[in-house]
Amino acid sequence: MSKFKKNGSKGMPAISTASLPDIVFMLLFFFMVTTVMRETTLFVSVVTPKATEIKKMEKKSLVSYVYIGSPVKRMQNSYGTAARIQLNDAFADVNEIQEFIATEREAKDEKEIPYMTTSIKADETVKMGIITDVKQELRKANALKINYSTRKGIY
Amino acid sequence: MASKRRGLPEINAGSMADIAFLLLIFFLVTTTMDVDTGISRKLPPMPEEDQPEDDSQINARNIYVVLINSNNQLLVEGELMDISQLKEGAKRFINNNGIREDLSENPEKAIISLQNDRGTAYKTYIRVQNELASAYNELRNENALRKFGERFIDLNKTQQKEIKKLFPQKISEAEPKNIGGDS
Repeated sequence: MSKFKKNGSKGMPAISTASLPDIVFMLLFFFMVTTVMRETTLFVSVVTPKATEIKKMEKKSLVSYVYIGSPVKRMQNSYGTAARIQLNDAFADVNEIQEFIATEREAKDEKEIPYMTTSIKADETVKMGIITDVKQELRKANALKINYSTRKGIY
Repeated sequence: MASKRRGLPEINAGSMADIAFLLLIFFLVTTTMDVDTGISRKLPPMPEEDQPEDDSQINARNIYVVLINSNNQLLVEGELMDISQLKEGAKRFINNNGIREDLSENPEKAIISLQNDRGTAYKTYIRVQNELASAYNELRNENALRKFGERFIDLNKTQQKEIKKLFPQKISEAEPKNIGGDS
């Protein structure tokens, strides 16, 4: 009898939690490295269209973004609901695109310029007119690599 | 002896985990893992002023004309077409290899000409682009399977190049103009 009692009193040894901070730190560093903070506040609401034949964008540092969509709710009082273009942190006109591309290029190394891509993030409800205008301006600026930003999915 | 034992008190590291958790949660919340995806296209360079337009050498049978009007309807080679049939139509055109008189001579010469109206919805335009890209991707895949017994994406660089040369993705977009449509 006493034999069994002895065994029972030992019980389960407590799991050491000493390595818990290490695990947490590991996770922390992972998220610190992968995190990308949104650097621009969007003034236009953009829901990109869905597509299946999509490719991942490489080299995020070489991508300049052009947002197209109707202004968000709180901006609609002053800007209306018609689709507008946003470059960096402000609404822009179509003819400002060339200037925008020029400033984007200045910041980059000369060797990297041919690899620069312009990502068009347009809302699925906008008309092609504004997109065509943007594309024409990009052609004039000689920024020929473009990417229509889309989500993965079927219609 | 007594003074030695006093020394510097050790800092309690027990709260380290809490601090790390706090930071971890902050980064967890702020992180955006979404990778940007999209359809990549190359725009044609601006035509030069004095350069005359010459697309006369291209045989009309090698051009597959896709028009989208402001009502988002498709006119493909002069006929109304539903968007769901576009992929099959494009595949038939590209992979014709000179069999039918009105379709392309071979995939290398095949050009898809895309024209849209200013009133076309962006959604429709992307869908058309997607269907065309999908037609090319499927053809490349079929060819890769037949030739190398592997899918296109699994091939190595030189093999991919070979297939790409056989099926170059030529989607030309006309200079913008108004096609119109009943509104």
